[in-house]
Amino acid sequence: MASTNVNPTRMELTRLKKKLVTAKRGHKLLKDKRDELMRRFLELVKENMALRKVVEKGLEDANQNFVLAKAIMREETLNTALLAPLQSISVEVKSNNVMSVEIPSFDYKTRTPDENGMYSYGFAFTSSDLDYAVKSLSDIFPQMLKLAEIEKSCQLMAAEIEKTRRRVNALEHVMIPETEESIKYITMKLDENERSTQVRLMKVKDMMIKENIEAKRSVNQ
Amino acid sequence: MYKGIAVIGDRDSIYGFASIGFNIFPVSNTEEGIKTFKNLCKGEYAVVYVTEAFAAEIEEEIEKVSENLYPAIILIPGVHGNTGKGVLSVRKSVEKAVGSDILFSGGTQD
Repeated sequence: MASTNVNPTRMELTRLKKKLVTAKRGHKLLKDKRDELMRRFLELVKENMALRKVVEKGLEDANQNFVLAKAIMREETLNTALLAPLQSISVEVKSNNVMSVEIPSFDYKTRTPDENGMYSYGFAFTSSDLDYAVKSLSDIFPQMLKLAEIEKSCQLMAAEIEKTRRRVNALEHVMIPETEESIKYITMKLDENERSTQVRLMKVKDMMIKENIEAKRSVNQ
Repeated sequence: MYKGIAVIGDRDSIYGFASIGFNIFPVSNTEEGIKTFKNLCKGEYAVVYVTEAFAAEIEEEIEKVSENLYPAIILIPGVHGNTGKGVLSVRKSVEKAVGSDILFSGGTQD
């Protein structure tokens, strides 16, 4: 127990009382932070799940198309067709601050603004299945990026919520009760000291009165 | 700040991404894959898409970098079908935050 190894002094009591106030304030703030984070997280994670389903479906379709293309074309032709990609994507990354959690936000730029820029091959030697495959992939791309943004945010927020929750619990169940107990112990101890001092004073006074009376008696006699 | 996008996984699942401007990193064995993956996480890329099959082999490595802001590691289904690992990772983060899987406890459907 913490209360057994604190000094029962007034200074310690003041210190502990200050500590308790801070702890309670911190607890309240952290609890608010946790609640707000949780609210945002739940909103975000729902979106995440929905988006993930869309993206997975889209990628599955794209993969199917690529398998078809591969089945029809010779491997060398396919490799050559995709060997030198025309398109390149750069992502502008920014970070937003949500309740002291840094979450990323992505914005992409393609090298060629032309929407057909992803066809890096002539159409003469390739199957149309490859065109479909590439098209389906480029259609799903914005959603893939959005998914990356949201899913990463969710992961980061989940970690932060876990941390905050642990802090809130530590304050609520350990710090605050322990401090309160220490304060109670010190108050009791101080009261006890005061009482014993008073008793001692009364006792001394009694003795002094008695002495006085006896002295007067011996004078009278 | 401008960064790229990388895709890592088995060749058949990812070669198509080159056409839309992603950088592809085909892996054939786990050891080499881990090395490549570590290189990708050094900050050059904003997003690293990992196929579910390959992700299963390098779970520890993914766990290690999950605290960093970049890159975002996102699982995608490969050519061999959807293993449900991507959805599982979302559920895992819910579990981490809430304490229990409250959103999707009734299976994978909404």
